[in-house]
Amino acid sequence: MSEVVDVVLLILLAVTGIAVIRMRNLFAAVMLTGIYSLVSAGLFTVMDAVDVAFTEAAVGAGISTVLMLGTLALVDYKEREPTRAPILPLFVVLVTGGILLYGTSEIPPFGAADNPAHRTIARHYLEESEEEIHIPNVVTSVLASYRGYDTMGETAVIFAAMVGVLLLLSRGPLPRRVFHDGKWITVRPRTTRADLESSLRDGEEGAAEVGTESGDGGADQGGARG
Amino acid sequence: MDDRVILRVGAKILIPFIMLYALYVQFHGDYGPGGGFQAGVIFAAAFVLYALIFGLGNAVKVLPPKAVYVCGALGVTIYIAVGYLSLVMGGEFLNYGVLAHDPAHGQHYGIMGVELGVLITVFGVMVALFYAFAGRRRLDP
Repeated sequence: MSEVVDVVLLILLAVTGIAVIRMRNLFAAVMLTGIYSLVSAGLFTVMDAVDVAFTEAAVGAGISTVLMLGTLALVDYKEREPTRAPILPLFVVLVTGGILLYGTSEIPPFGAADNPAHRTIARHYLEESEEEIHIPNVVTSVLASYRGYDTMGETAVIFAAMVGVLLLLSRGPLPRRVFHDGKWITVRPRTTRADLESSLRDGEEGAAEVGTESGDGGADQGGARG
Repeated sequence: MDDRVILRVGAKILIPFIMLYALYVQFHGDYGPGGGFQAGVIFAAAFVLYALIFGLGNAVKVLPPKAVYVCGALGVTIYIAVGYLSLVMGGEFLNYGVLAHDPAHGQHYGIMGVELGVLITVFGVMVALFYAFAGRRRLDP
């Protein structure tokens, strides 16, 4: 029975993947990647990795899809026809796929008792965590306690991702105080090209952008951001 | 916006339950699948749903970007603070056993603390990412 579910889910996964590649309408492609994540979550559930499935369903099918739709709202939703014959990409994909397939031949069989993953510390976690941590869910014990240091790093990585995205994408909804030419000035964020053009029309003072305290910083800021 | 009654009413009913479910996932993480990460994403999804249906302007009124950024940093701080607390209480960094007289209780408090940190950071970051994408306006050529 489990094999039937596996085969059905894998076929769905393959069909969705091919559909994503073939699709020229990016809106449909985004929705299909969401479905792809959901089917992957189903596969993880069949493999008894419910925590991973949960994350995949919430992040892959939920938030990622919304972020992709947010991006689509900013760009064209039709993919352009390729200008060149995709010989080189095809070659790269075939070689990479071949290497990966070759690599899977070395992977130990799924769920086998003597897999490397089961031979070292996992045994200790499964047998002793109830006694040591007093929490039934071993995944939580490993994530939050045994491997608390790793999870701290992961949390910091998520925070770093936010900082990175804000630096790249956000012009900042908040006015910022910057130190410029020996005094503090307030720099208001600028969001649209119309603002940019109006401030360019207004001249180099950049009145649309810089607050009341000083008009000096505008030109520099405009140059850096425009 | 105003004519999508089913969407608005449906979302209004759904959002509290999504938040409640996020809290269930958070506090039930010790016994079943789930934990801070998943709970943070689900909690953020409630606000994203609100922003999608009622508009970014209203969402920003409910949850200002500044609060979101603070959340993103606060969670990591809580996590590290739990680590230092166990250091101060006489154990190793992030060894929760020393947080209470009974090591089992200590483990419980520690895991609860760090999971709360993860929840707050993931929630803040997810909403911040959404704001960053949704807040940009299309620059038509």
